[in-house]
This record gives sequence, C-alpha cells and structure tokens, in this order.
Amino acid sequence: MSNELTLKPASPAVGSGDPLLSLTGLKKHFPVMEGFLFKRQVGAVHAVDGVDLEVFPSESVGLVGESGCGKSTTGRLVTRLLEPTGGEIRYAGQDITHASRKELAPIRSEIQMIFQDPYSSLNPRHTVGSIIGAPMEINGINPAGGIQRRVQELLETVGLNPEHYNRFPHEFSGGQRQRIGVARALSLNPKLIVADEPVSALDVSIQAQVVNLLQELQRELGIAFLFIAHDLSVVRHFSQRVAVMYLGKIVEIADRKSLYESPRHPYTHALLSAVPEADPDDDRERIRLTGDVPSPLNPPSGCRFRTRCWKAQEKCASEEPPLVQLSGNAANHLTACHFPEDPAPAAVPAQRAEV
Amino acid sequence: MTTQAKPEEVSAGSGGTPFLSVRDLSVRFSTEDGVVRAVDNLSFDVAPGSTLGIVGESGSGKSVTNLAVLGLHNPDRTEISGSIKLDGQELVGAPNRELEKLRGKKMSMIFQDPLTALSPFHTIGKQIGETFRKHTGASKKEARDRAIEMLTRVGIPQPTSRVDDYPHQFSGGMRQRAMIAMSLVCDPKLVIADEPTTALDVTVQAQILDLLKDLQQEMGTAIILITHDLGVVARTAQDIMVMYAGRAVERGTVREVLKAPQHPYTWGLLSSMPSLTGDVNIPLKPVRGTPPSLINLPSGCPFNPRCDFREKVIGGGCTSERPPLSPATGHAAACHLNQAQRQDIFIDQIKPRLG
Repeated sequence: MSNELTLKPASPAVGSGDPLLSLTGLKKHFPVMEGFLFKRQVGAVHAVDGVDLEVFPSESVGLVGESGCGKSTTGRLVTRLLEPTGGEIRYAGQDITHASRKELAPIRSEIQMIFQDPYSSLNPRHTVGSIIGAPMEINGINPAGGIQRRVQELLETVGLNPEHYNRFPHEFSGGQRQRIGVARALSLNPKLIVADEPVSALDVSIQAQVVNLLQELQRELGIAFLFIAHDLSVVRHFSQRVAVMYLGKIVEIADRKSLYESPRHPYTHALLSAVPEADPDDDRERIRLTGDVPSPLNPPSGCRFRTRCWKAQEKCASEEPPLVQLSGNAANHLTACHFPEDPAPAAVPAQRAEV
Repeated sequence: MTTQAKPEEVSAGSGGTPFLSVRDLSVRFSTEDGVVRAVDNLSFDVAPGSTLGIVGESGSGKSVTNLAVLGLHNPDRTEISGSIKLDGQELVGAPNRELEKLRGKKMSMIFQDPLTALSPFHTIGKQIGETFRKHTGASKKEARDRAIEMLTRVGIPQPTSRVDDYPHQFSGGMRQRAMIAMSLVCDPKLVIADEPTTALDVTVQAQILDLLKDLQQEMGTAIILITHDLGVVARTAQDIMVMYAGRAVERGTVREVLKAPQHPYTWGLLSSMPSLTGDVNIPLKPVRGTPPSLINLPSGCPFNPRCDFREKVIGGGCTSERPPLSPATGHAAACHLNQAQRQDIFIDQIKPRLG
C-alpha cells in the first residue's frame, strides 16, 4: 500500500502549542420522557458527563471504553451532530458549542467523520463518485481540474482503482467500502477526523490494511485524529495519547507508553488484562470484572467505577475522585482514582518468550 | 468427569477415539452465478473434552462447516459429501428426524448474536426449557426449574426472577450467558460456539470465555470455537485449525501454530494483529488483497495471489498444483514451501515483527 499521496498537507491552523480541539466539562444528557399526551421528563441518560479533552494538531488521541461509556456520543458532539447539554467545545480557539448551522459551515469542512459500519454509512443508490464528491458540491468547492478528477485522486490516495468512480457501494468489499468512507472524509482537506470504530467491522487482515492507511494519511497530511475504538491493541498502535472512558467520564488519560505500561486506574488495568493476546505463554494475571456497566440513567455516586471495583471503600461512594496527575506518574498522565494501582505493575506481558 | 486434554496433547488421532470426526467434507451451494465451493475436502477431529479453535476470515467456510455438522443446511440447495461421524454415528445423509434427536441433546450451538438468535416473543426461561422438554419429555414445571438451575450455573443474578424476563431486558453479556445456558441444558457432549464473543466488550468477552472453560471442565464437553481472533483461541483452545477458502491450511496445537506457524496465511494473520507489547513504529503487515471468490477459485493453491513467498517455491507449483495438508497428523500446513524454507522465512522475516 505505497500510494503516492496527492494531497497537500494541511497547515496547522494554530501555533503548535495550542490545541486544535478542546473540550471542557462537555455534557450530553438525553432526556427520558414519560406520560401520555403530556410528556414530561422523568430522568436523563447521562451519556457524557463532564469530559475534558484536548487534541493538538496532527496528533492522534484514542478514546477507549466499553460499550455505553459515551465514546461515540463524544465523537458526535465534537462533530456537532448532537447538541451538547453543557460544557464547551472549542475548535482552533473558537467556541463552537452552540454555534448555528451558518456559523458552523466553514468549520464543518475541517472536522470530518469516519463511521463504523461501511455498509450503512454509504448511500447504496449513489455511485462512489457522487458519494466522495458530495462534500465538495455541498460546500461549493470546485477543485482545479474538476470534481471528478479530484475524486479519482482521492480514490488513488486510499488505494482504490480510480476508474471505479462510477461503481456503486455494493460492488465493493467491506474493507474497500471503509476506504471509500476515508476518501469522503478526506475530500475537504480536513484538519481533524473523528473516526468512530473505523475498523471494528472488518476482518483482521483487512483491519490492518485500513489502520496502515489511516496512519499513512495522518503522517503525510498532518491530520489530527480522535480515534474511538474498543480494541486496545489497535488504539495503542494508532494513537499517541489514549483516554479511557467509563460511564460518561474520562477516568485516565496518558501518553500511550505511560498508559499501557503503568496504568494507575483499576479500570484501565482490568481492561488491559482482559485483552487476549495471541500467545500461548501469556500468563498475565487476569482481573475478572464482574457484572456490566451500570445504567447511565442513574450513575453510582462518587466514583462511578466503584460498583465493579475490587478496591472500593467508603470514600469512593461519597467523594468523586478528580482527574489529576498522581505522584509517580509521567507528565500528562492523569488518573481519577482515590486508591490507584502501583505505578509499574506488569499489566502487559514481557516480550514473547523464545520458542 | 474432567477429561480436559492437556495443551500438549494432540487431539488428532492420538487422544483415543475422537468424539467428532470429519473426513473429506465438501459443501457446495448452487447459485445463479455458479457453484459455491464453501467447504472443500476438509478433515478434522475433536477429542472428548477438548477445544478446537477454527480461525479464518469471513467467507473461509468456518460457519458453513459447522452448520453442516449440525445438519442445518437446506438440503434442496446444498450438496454435502464426505463423512461426519459424531460419536460413531454418521451424520451426512442422516434423516432429519435422527438429526433432530441429536441437536440440542448431543450437540448444540452458541450463536454469534444472541439478540437475533433468541426469540423476542418468548421469555428466556421458556426458550431454555423448550429444548429440555423436547428431549426429556419433562413437564413445564420441571423445565422451568431446569432453566433456573442453568441460569444459576452461567452466573445470572437472581435467576428465579430473571427466568421470566424477555431477551430485551438482558444486557449483551447476559444474553450471551443465557444462550450458553440454552445450549448446555441437555448436557451435550459437543458445543459449537460460532464467534461467541465477537459482539461483546473485552471485559465481558473475558467473562464469557472463562465461563465456557469452567463449564467445559465441569461437564467434559468438547467445544468447537469459531473465531477470527487468534487471541481468543490462544486463551481457550488446545488445537487450532486455520481455514482459507474452504480448506484447512494449517493445523496443530495452539503452541505449535502460534509459536511456530508454517503457512504464509497464518503468518499474515499474526502480523496483521497489533499487540499490546509490539513496537508501535513498525507498521502492521496485512495480507495483501482480498479473499478469493469461492465460485471461481484461483488454480493451484487458493492463497497464491496473496502470497508473498510464491517465487521461493522451487518448480513454481503454486499456480498449478494444490498443496495437500501434510503430514497427515500433528502439526501440518498446506504449502509448497519446504520445511527448511518455512523455518527460515518465519525466523528471519515474520518473528521479528511479532514483538
């Protein structure tokens, strides 16, 4: 997959010190209505409940967690497909939390999204050419040489045959469709791509092809990624920084090395220990988490993980742990826990033993 | 009755009489476009109480093989040849009435997606009890008691009240537990688990795999675990069969196949999986291209268009002659490369990538 990249690198929007995207106390509560004729709100699903996160230009931030922890909702809030309930979203210094459609228009082209399911995110009645060309048409962009030429360029960039621009999505395999989704996201030279489980619907070998493609694009075009996934090994491979979410909150965030080698939050530790490795000598201590993620309708008081945590004490129920840098942590390694794990447990196995 | 095979024990032939023995199985479907050779000349054995992991991409014939074992193919459209012997009884060509007596009692299946495999109109208890009533002639009351007992066994909290719940009231992990309870209700001697954890989060996946392992030790069930995740196999199975285009390309114990794989396709699968410890700066090395069409298979070795080592074969038999799975027992691979070449390539080119 050594395509020549035909796109110009996006120049960083701001000085390298400023974040491209910053979320402060971001909240999304979905109201739960009840009643006949006169609906009234009886509760709210706290899908995202106070998320602080920064994404710097040309950086990839991974967002991991179990299903129902709010990762996808966060992604949809960033792209403003959902209206936030509270908090703030700043893109390149500009507050876009409640920006109107009109105000968002110029920014929308810079924040693009890649969806999980390549079968339902492409319109089956449109040709690949019109799917990839649509963002340009909508934004009234007329690239040099015409839209069709640009579409063919993009198809080549993502490793598809440019002559296939007039085919329909059903003529492509799952991996190829995901490439079409990537080409569509690239068509407006975005600065930030929100990738929501971009490879989880694909077979292992195809998954690696798409991960490599995204990595190549990130490197060559300097696009920042918010990479949402539940597969911790894929996230480690793709993202420089990783945030772990649990029930609408970030419980731990750190550089990849620090997070995978010395996780401090019990939940991160448990997640890492649950990843099966293709190694028969893998004799890591496994933490069996019992039960499921509690309902976000009525999240536990204090630390939200306490109902499944083996270290939970009374303090955990009464006081919510702040997301702070604990002693012994690397810089920028923040953990929200009252009773963190030891700084360097062997959460990941040592190098594979010799045969 | 723990007849758990030790990991080192080769089940193929050496562990006494196999419980399930499949010989030269071929499954063909007639379609408008031509004959689909979904499974082609496949042979394998499963010893009592052991676990065989079948690994491969979508469309490699994993599921078709196992539906053939259960006799769930539509006989009007499917041509099955070869032999499937379950505990000495021939299943190919057996009348449906005979198979019905075996399904659920002697062999049963755990499906991938419990939400679609369970009926939304019937309570969990009724669905679990149905199999029990059919095979033992038990009364409704006895079936309900049995269902409660099974739910307790698979670790569902408050089984006496949950037995009357409908599938939508269960979470994903609990539904999969209920599916397992349903498949084990008549103490079958063979359970086929088709991607039992693919739809689940890592933490829940670990719970389900541990549960399957515990139940197997308790009841001495033989398990066929179909998956595309080599990590899952490494954690649960004793033997592995790697399938490609309806054929077995490599077979052996977990240790043999994962530590010293011999087939280029297995190498490809292993090097396309990111691990928790590997070097993040080495890009993943996916298998090139896409799986072949089963209607029009490439001549010779079906893997040859995607194989990187084709030109190393002396005499160039890859495109003309189909390599047999050899040797007949123990660790075997279907490849024209000779033993020394495989060894050299694996140690020089593949192993360093695996971290």
